[in-house]
Amino acid sequence: MAAATQYSEIKTRSSGYWALLILLAAGVLIGIAGAHHMDVEGHHVSGMNNQIVWGLPHVFAIFLIVAASGALNIASLASVFAKQAYKPLARFSAILSIALLVGGLAILLLDLGRPDRLIVAMTYYNFKSIFAWNIILYSGFVVIVAAYLWLMMERRMQRWSKPAGLLAFVWRLVLTTGTGSIFGFLVARESYDTALLAPMFIIMSFAFGLAVLILLLMLSFSLDRRELDPSHLLRLRRLLGIFTASVFYFVVVFHLTKLYGTQNHGFEAFILMDGGIYTFLFWFAQIGLGNLLPLALIYTPSLQQSSKSLVLACLLVIAGAFAQLYIIIVGGQAYPLNIFPGYIVESGFYDGVVGEYAPSLWEFMLGFGGLTASLLIALLVLRVLPIMPNALSAEAQ
Amino acid sequence: MKNAAETELPQPARRGFLKGAAAAAATLVAPGIFLYRTGQAATSLDNEARWGLLIDTNALSEADVDACVSACQREHGWRAEPGSKTDAQWIRKVKLTDQETGHQKFLPMMCLHCESPPCVDVCPTGASFKRADGIVLVNKHICIGCRYCMMACPYKARSFIHETLKDQLPVAPRGKGTVESCTLCVHRVDRDGANAVPACAEAVNRGERKAILFGDLNDPQSEISRRLQELGGTRLRADMGLNPGVRYQGL
Repeated sequence: MAAATQYSEIKTRSSGYWALLILLAAGVLIGIAGAHHMDVEGHHVSGMNNQIVWGLPHVFAIFLIVAASGALNIASLASVFAKQAYKPLARFSAILSIALLVGGLAILLLDLGRPDRLIVAMTYYNFKSIFAWNIILYSGFVVIVAAYLWLMMERRMQRWSKPAGLLAFVWRLVLTTGTGSIFGFLVARESYDTALLAPMFIIMSFAFGLAVLILLLMLSFSLDRRELDPSHLLRLRRLLGIFTASVFYFVVVFHLTKLYGTQNHGFEAFILMDGGIYTFLFWFAQIGLGNLLPLALIYTPSLQQSSKSLVLACLLVIAGAFAQLYIIIVGGQAYPLNIFPGYIVESGFYDGVVGEYAPSLWEFMLGFGGLTASLLIALLVLRVLPIMPNALSAEAQ
Repeated sequence: MKNAAETELPQPARRGFLKGAAAAAATLVAPGIFLYRTGQAATSLDNEARWGLLIDTNALSEADVDACVSACQREHGWRAEPGSKTDAQWIRKVKLTDQETGHQKFLPMMCLHCESPPCVDVCPTGASFKRADGIVLVNKHICIGCRYCMMACPYKARSFIHETLKDQLPVAPRGKGTVESCTLCVHRVDRDGANAVPACAEAVNRGERKAILFGDLNDPQSEISRRLQELGGTRLRADMGLNPGVRYQGL
């Protein structure tokens, strides 16, 4: 049945589609304006400073990069794990993963102090740096997934799509290991310094990427008035439930591991009890809105057929993702370094105090621009290439 | 043998000539020349010497530490407005209060020039580098401003330049959008070798009393090594095994 799937470009002429494209394009322009202003004026117009060196742009960027790798899951399930039910969405899964990655990388690049030195970043490599590895992993991901997509779409080449899918699957696991290790390898900071961040980022990617994929799938199908049988949504809903629960499990293990070591009690108290905005975000946004509420929505029996509850669950997972990444990235830096154990430390350089960070409009514009760029790329490609299946009908049992 | 490094370096005469002959032109081109020279020096240096500092916190008053900071600012042309979160600080005054006894002391903190610097490990382009003689620097030409080194440094030693700079000094070229930190007064080290006195040390050392002692950690006969043998010295965050070249006494 899957072999007979017909694909076509999105053909809608609805004003809603065009309005969406215009809004997304405006978002991209806003992002460029924000990046340009930060580049000309210097980073002092952002909220970032010498204590919080990575801020909101990195939250957006890492969300997109992590979601990118997770968005490829559906294609991997079809190609690598031979789950035929997911095959019709494999192309969409691949193109979405590229679009998300490109948006995320654009943010990271434009946030650099010297974005004009892209060529330096591409030509000078320190192979001990996980960051340098990530530059290779990200570029390689785009090339490999693009090739994989082509092999899936070119009828004569389809037998090669399986090994290409396997390569893409392994690559994306390594890639997200690399993303998590950007933080995991930071041994100087109590907030990071754990190998757990690598697999945790992988499981986060599963959930975040799937949530984005489900939303865009429902959006594009509804814009183009294509048939989307509830059975397909039910399958994706269950998958999202498993992934969201897994993220929750990893968060619990992460904090239990930290809590066991006495030297980390200060950091744990900061995140879990007295960290102000970070504690609020953790319990309310990440755990409450991002984990527990979506799980309740997904598994409530009476809501199983409700697509609205699925949309809401996806939006909540994404909101929780932003909260989680904000806590990891900004909260992790805000907690002071413990250079002089046993002493109360004061200085004019914010030693011994929680780092202050108030995101500015400019950096929000940059992050938002990257997000809209990803969505714009995805929706434009859907219009010019036969990516989406004509229909996801009820399956013959 | 540790003077071998010096013989490879440009002669002071040439440097004097450059400065004397065309002061105005030198001001314009010196930053470039200096960087080029630093790069050259890095390739021709050997690892005979490992430069370090020994900071005797018992010999430093609060005013002394302030003097260190001011001297560094004058030497390298940086300023930090009080309360600014974005101004660079190559060296800073840290006040420590013992949680039990309430005993207070002041000390200067800067780049500790680790033997195994995490900033060098994480730098994607290799802009963060350690010279053969142990001085950790940033190559301003290939720093892309990603700030990963600032995430990795256990000592908060590095600053990112958040604004356009004015009035730069030839000995300390800086650039908006890149990262910087203490250079151990590398321009003085390249000029004077083992006899070099970094600006912070110059500001507080009086006669025989050297509250901040510069020297060669590899040479067992150097004053810094002998003092370390005699009185010991603390490596900050010794648990990390980074073996910083800047050591403290009295902690």
